[in-house]
Amino acid sequence: MTETAYIYDAIRTPRSKGKGDGTLHEVKPIDLVTTLLGEMQSRHDLDTSRVDDVMLGCVAPVMEQGAVLPKIALQKAGWDEKVAGAQVNRFCASGLDTFNTAAAKVASGWEDLVCAGGYESMSRVPMGADGGPFAEDPATAIQTGFVPQGIGADLIATIEGWSRDDVDAFAMESQKRAAHARDNGWFDRSVVPVRDETGVIILERDDFIKPDTDMQKLAALKPSFAMPGQLGFDAVALAKYPEVAAINHVHTPGNSSGIVDGASLVMVGNEKVGKDLGLTPRGRVVSVGLTATDPTIMLTGPGPASEKALAKAGLTIDDIDLVEINEAFASVALRLQRDLNVPDEKLNVVGGAIAMGHPLGATGGMLVSTMLDELERRNLKRALICMCVGGGMGIASIIERV
Amino acid sequence: MTDFIYEKDADGIVTVTMDMQGQSANTMNERYVPGMDEVLGKLRAETDLKGVVFASAKKTFFAGGDLNLLLGIEKADAETFGYIEENKRPYRELEKLQVPVVAAINGAALGGGYELCLACNHRIIADVKGAVVGLPEVTLGLLPGAGGVVRLTKLLGLEKALPHLTEGKPVKPQAALKAGMVDEVVASTDDLIPAAKAWIKANPDSHTQPWDAKGFRYPGGDVLHPKVRQLIVGSSAFLYAKTRGLLPAPAKILDIAVNSMRIDYDAALRSESRGLCALVTTPECKAAITTFFFGMQAIKGGKVRPAGDHWKAQNAAILGAGMMGSGIAWAHANAGLPSVLKDMELDKAEKGKSYTAMLADKAIKRGRMDDAKKQALLDQITPATDDSAFAGTDLIIEAVFEDISLKEKVIPETFKQLSDNGIYGSNTSTLPISILAECCPDPSRFIGLHFFSPVDKMKVVEIIMGEKTSVETLRKAYDYVQQIGYMPIVVNDSRGFFTSRVFGTFMDEGISLMVDGMSPVAVERAAWLAGMPVGPLAVHDEVSLVLSQKVSKTHKDLDARLGVDSGFGKHNTASRAVCDAMIEQGRGGRHYGGGFYDYAADGSKSLWDGLSQFAKGNADVQLQDAIDRILYRQAIETLRCLNEGVLRTEVEANLGGIFAIGFPAHTGGAIQFIRGIGIDAFAARAAELADKYGERFALDASAFDILRNEKAQAA
Repeated sequence: MTETAYIYDAIRTPRSKGKGDGTLHEVKPIDLVTTLLGEMQSRHDLDTSRVDDVMLGCVAPVMEQGAVLPKIALQKAGWDEKVAGAQVNRFCASGLDTFNTAAAKVASGWEDLVCAGGYESMSRVPMGADGGPFAEDPATAIQTGFVPQGIGADLIATIEGWSRDDVDAFAMESQKRAAHARDNGWFDRSVVPVRDETGVIILERDDFIKPDTDMQKLAALKPSFAMPGQLGFDAVALAKYPEVAAINHVHTPGNSSGIVDGASLVMVGNEKVGKDLGLTPRGRVVSVGLTATDPTIMLTGPGPASEKALAKAGLTIDDIDLVEINEAFASVALRLQRDLNVPDEKLNVVGGAIAMGHPLGATGGMLVSTMLDELERRNLKRALICMCVGGGMGIASIIERV
Repeated sequence: MTDFIYEKDADGIVTVTMDMQGQSANTMNERYVPGMDEVLGKLRAETDLKGVVFASAKKTFFAGGDLNLLLGIEKADAETFGYIEENKRPYRELEKLQVPVVAAINGAALGGGYELCLACNHRIIADVKGAVVGLPEVTLGLLPGAGGVVRLTKLLGLEKALPHLTEGKPVKPQAALKAGMVDEVVASTDDLIPAAKAWIKANPDSHTQPWDAKGFRYPGGDVLHPKVRQLIVGSSAFLYAKTRGLLPAPAKILDIAVNSMRIDYDAALRSESRGLCALVTTPECKAAITTFFFGMQAIKGGKVRPAGDHWKAQNAAILGAGMMGSGIAWAHANAGLPSVLKDMELDKAEKGKSYTAMLADKAIKRGRMDDAKKQALLDQITPATDDSAFAGTDLIIEAVFEDISLKEKVIPETFKQLSDNGIYGSNTSTLPISILAECCPDPSRFIGLHFFSPVDKMKVVEIIMGEKTSVETLRKAYDYVQQIGYMPIVVNDSRGFFTSRVFGTFMDEGISLMVDGMSPVAVERAAWLAGMPVGPLAVHDEVSLVLSQKVSKTHKDLDARLGVDSGFGKHNTASRAVCDAMIEQGRGGRHYGGGFYDYAADGSKSLWDGLSQFAKGNADVQLQDAIDRILYRQAIETLRCLNEGVLRTEVEANLGGIFAIGFPAHTGGAIQFIRGIGIDAFAARAAELADKYGERFALDASAFDILRNEKAQAA
């Protein structure tokens, strides 16, 4: 590595319910992005001509989210015309993948300053809007054993013996931690209010969190994947897991990541560009990991990806102060915790996507901001961020304060 | 005489009457395409043409593809693809005629026949006996390759077309009208041509197919409609759960139907041809055509029946009103064969009759029967305690307990009630027929009639020849089994006959896998993946371990009595050890409160924890090995039966295995399974399994001679 990849800042929009009655539904996907581009520019009085590239993740990059929205957003936000833009899709890893790629570009010395992150207005371009052969080409689906992710999440819980109560208890804790963090202003440094064109605030803080959740309310929710399972997806999954008698469908909207709207933006650059522009690094990227596991159970990738990143950095899990696993489903987080043997007090310390939501392409960038904020607030050094990804992939990033 | 009779009337309407010479049905034989081309050429040359009607001079409309021809195709190559393309070309040209074209459907229009109808602008069917439409290709491992997949999807929309395409059931006129598969139903075949011509006159401009018209939209939504997309995502899994990935044809059909909606019409028709080309040489297709078409025809058409006059039983007596006797009474009643159901006490006999009432009530609940039919069924069954109730009967079937001394008492006592020409059958599942025949006053009229449980669902009877059973008795038994609508499988006397022998190996291999260390759940799943209807452990619980033990003991006792070693179940070593131990621990099977499974009060069941005590191995049995072990064990035992002369024909080996013990249908039966893999490849894999897992998989090279030399016996 020739250069250190410094993180100069990481910001995000608040998250809101990704349906017609969500607060951000009225906001165009491009405006979620221009909100953050504008904030990044003004916050640092940034000479945008020094930015080489802006790569943003999006998992349903079609319709009003499509056609390389990031480049168009740069124009709309008034960034210098020299700045290039790209749209990246690696399923749920998209946002974190742009961050890792940005770090790689900077570390290689080939680019100086790169923005990463992502956007997803799930209320306006629904999940799956992009189709694709995995689910929608029968020959492919049959040959590769496609199942919806939730079936995989339920299968993980079944194999590990986690009951409905176990996953609900995890969800409760996520809500509690997220509400506490928000109410104490722990997210305020990163969260940028979304305003209308006259400057009137549309949404200032996360409004998806449900602080009044209790175990009774969670227990009353219906399993989301029992029906598709019964339709045939359980049979597909069990053909690969012959020793499992039946899948216990424990995941509900209450213990799975929320469907929300939101965007994130992270700025990564080398030392020189920081000095030139008067930027103070908040942290650096230590190492990254990317891998893939069985695509049918689909969600067991975070552990192996994290191990890859740890090995690359010559670290062990004991060298990590905070661990952030994207809460796609409760069982995914529990499985990562078990795989890496992470103590409760280090894991998802301010809650996660179960409480705050998972705006698919944007989430990776959001996790970077969350970890930076929390390392600073707690005066800790190192964090591991990891996510499960469609197709059985797993992704991880290790960052540390400088 | 000509294959296509061409008649033009004064109104300018041409009627093309299909009358393929030298055969009873119209098919896509080698004269079909040239004949159609000639017709199309004449039609295009007409100057005042107003419309075209397609009709048939046969009892059926059009039977479609020539299966002998399809079975003979050995390579999926450009030539086969070209043949399929050429075969469907006339239909596309028919669609392009600038006059309305009507199908006048006088009888069955299946497969290629219905595909012709789909290429017409209007479909009229006569509501007469035998008139059906449908695309049954999938049941033969094929797909409708003359535009059927593409056109039916366009005609009905994806959701409604898929069941017809992937299940292939024939549809009767009124149901076809409701489904949109035909446009009009007339009362008789005489009404067809007038109705067709009337429609043409009323709709002179209706010559463009909806899918050729501008702005065509699929019924139920185009391919990007959210509901259709959801259907597409679910369909693959839905199909997998049903077919377990074992049937290439429905998967291919689903894929082509869905993708046809995404592409140009002619491109879709081509992709359909490529799909059929890929299917026609699969082992699954060859198996389906060999077993389910030609094999079934051999049995139904009497090819394997002993020659001679047809016999019909006028009445029958069933001895023993237990589960089997009651079931046989139901089968008889359904076929209109009056039967006396005898038991020691009248209330037991009455209870046996009430089984039929119970099944009838179930059918009524489903709307498949009415009260009058139920009464008619019950009227066929006469409960009795006295032998005189069936004096002079044509057929006696004893279904008393499997106790040789009881049978030896009952048989000679009741035989005297038989009519002079009558035959005497035993429903024994274990006792040798030749031994029981010894107590029968006329062993030449004594034969095994082995029904399967539950009799109302298992429509097959294993007919067992004793040493002295006459051919005439066999012929009568064969006719009787067909008289009641069951499939006869003829076997020679042997311990366990054919079905019990093979079934025993299935249950034993399940236990053997468990002993080798595979988790019982995985054993059951391996059987599911292999295509067995029920797992070996689950089915063993239903049969009951106690019964298995009893059967073993019966054979031991018989051996002692005869001073022989029959070697019955000699390979089933795993079963013996485990079953004895389980029974000792109070796990005799479902009837005994639990066996391999625990049974909860709510009707659910789960594998018993205690099974882990039997695992001796290291659990490292690969799933594919497990699947192969389950199938090879049964195929090897079936081959042994064929070699020993227990089975007479491959057809009966194949169909008997599928219908009586649930050998996976996609293989075409146990012997076709060997042929599908290839005899040498099968022998090599069996040797590998023998090496790895034991002698029970070992076969002499000569065991395969019968398959190499006597293929002619297949049908």
